[in-house]
Amino acid sequence: MAEAEADVAVPPRDQPAPSARTKEAARRARRHRRSVRLGPYAFVAPFFLLFAAFGLFPLLYTGWASLHRVELTAPGEMEWVGTRNFTRLLDDAFFWNALGNTITIGVLSTVPQLVMALGIAHLLNSRLRGRIFFRVAALTPYATSVAAATLVFVLLFGREHGLVNWVLGTAGFGPVDWQNGTWSSRLAVSSIVIWRWTGYNALIYLAAMQAIPDELYESAALDGASRWRQFVHVTLPGLRPTILFTVVVSTIGATQLFGEPLLFNGGAGATGGADHQYQTLGLYLYEQGWVNHHLGRASAIAWAMFLLLLLIGAVAWLLRRRET
Amino acid sequence: MGDVPAPAADRRGGVAAAPEGDLMRAPRAGLITYAVLAVVTVGSLFPLVWTAIAASRDTTRLAQTPPPFWFGGNLPRNLRIAWTDANLGEALLNTTVVAGSVAAGTVLFSTLAGFAFAKLRFRFGNALLMVVIGTMMVPPQLSVVPLFMLIAEVSWTDRLQSVILPALASAFGVFFMRQHLSRALPSELIEAARVDGASWPRVVWHVVFPAARPAMAVLGMLTFVMAWNDFFWPVIALTQNGSPTVQVALAGLGRGYIPDQSVIMAGALLGTLPLLLVFVVFGRQIVGGIMRGAVKG
Repeated sequence: MAEAEADVAVPPRDQPAPSARTKEAARRARRHRRSVRLGPYAFVAPFFLLFAAFGLFPLLYTGWASLHRVELTAPGEMEWVGTRNFTRLLDDAFFWNALGNTITIGVLSTVPQLVMALGIAHLLNSRLRGRIFFRVAALTPYATSVAAATLVFVLLFGREHGLVNWVLGTAGFGPVDWQNGTWSSRLAVSSIVIWRWTGYNALIYLAAMQAIPDELYESAALDGASRWRQFVHVTLPGLRPTILFTVVVSTIGATQLFGEPLLFNGGAGATGGADHQYQTLGLYLYEQGWVNHHLGRASAIAWAMFLLLLLIGAVAWLLRRRET
Repeated sequence: MGDVPAPAADRRGGVAAAPEGDLMRAPRAGLITYAVLAVVTVGSLFPLVWTAIAASRDTTRLAQTPPPFWFGGNLPRNLRIAWTDANLGEALLNTTVVAGSVAAGTVLFSTLAGFAFAKLRFRFGNALLMVVIGTMMVPPQLSVVPLFMLIAEVSWTDRLQSVILPALASAFGVFFMRQHLSRALPSELIEAARVDGASWPRVVWHVVFPAARPAMAVLGMLTFVMAWNDFFWPVIALTQNGSPTVQVALAGLGRGYIPDQSVIMAGALLGTLPLLLVFVVFGRQIVGGIMRGAVKG
């Protein structure tokens, strides 16, 4: 760590002419003290240097860029336009469409995901043979990348020969156009999110369930509460902070949805379906910035996303405050 | 679920019956529990198994009804095409470099910073920690435009450092290590080392690292998985023609650079297999890490 070499040059002040050995010892002790004092900063320095360059600076600069016209082809030339990027968003139908889709797909993916995770956690919380196997299996989709998962689901949701439609067909239902239908495609995109994250959330709930004190279950059982009633009256209240936590985290994830809608329509690129029916804000940002080359407008969309997140954060904070 | 609640005395009784403390009170799983969990397991694993099945067929078979449910003989051919023609071999190498460097760097920097935040008092320490925690909420979209302008400025587009360096500043990692070290590292140990006049490198090497090792391993695995699967920023910073990660290459496949579905599935399989192997070997630890992080985080 940053040993203070400059220390050597500083002459000793307090001790008048001690022997060479005590001088040497004093210098060592001072150097040690100084290194003890500076050490903490040396420990946090690598993180904060990287953070300043690649985290904080871009964060602040986005605000600046959003007030300019910046082209992808010449990112060095910025032309001041004031708030025009923002005012244009307000009467941009595609922006409102993307905002609506983000919320819709967010609800479609987050609600079933968390409800299922809760049920699975409850099952995993019983005395099981092979419970490590069940836990690892539930988490496996988390190891699968957005890209790989979406490519597989595109094939599974194929209209003519997809497996999902084949199953529906054998059950007597007509084929569904998962790529082009408005709600069917949103459902299909949501299902990828649900598949990847349910097991992860189940494990988080499981951890919280195991932290609920035994005594609560014991007294409930003594009162003759069934397992279901124990779940409703002991487990759920005990999990409330964790549930709020997962709701916030999943919602943050949902506002940033990008890879699934980008890859779900194969070659069509960033439009999010032929009718933009599943174009999310993240995808719209990408389209404006890297397809249409308007980096300034992309920054404005980024700020809109951030405002949305702040709103969600404020709601969560209010809910939590009401609880305590 | 269908089980009769066990009498309280019985549930308390068995350390022998429930070998791990966390399950002492839990009721024994009934048939219905196993059945539902089996369905969940099939649902979790099926898309991956089916990826392998589709990767072992040829495209004409994939375009027939009903879809294939068992393996065919085309896996070597499809893997070879994905590996060489779609350049996934090179992409896998790039991804290994990226995920490996990000995991190693994140673990090192997070451990050092987490140690300082957990055990050392210094001016602005608390304020800096608040900055770290605050930025965990900020979405990556908010910095992506300036980040792109930055790497364009220094001509790093298509270079791997453009995806490695920004990922090293992990607020989550710092927070994770701080939580672990505030419990796992006794303050007296550091005091003692200091009184003995040990230099910081010695303290870090002989006191901090040994105490941090289990958490470092978990953070390393989680970071590796995240870096391997990272998509949003790499798709912007790296192109097909430069040195893509496997995710960027897969996105290219999906956009139809190679129209052969079975080859695309072989690519998806190649991009997933390394992490699946990590999961088979370290699954228990990864599960434990996620559950531990959930309670403390």
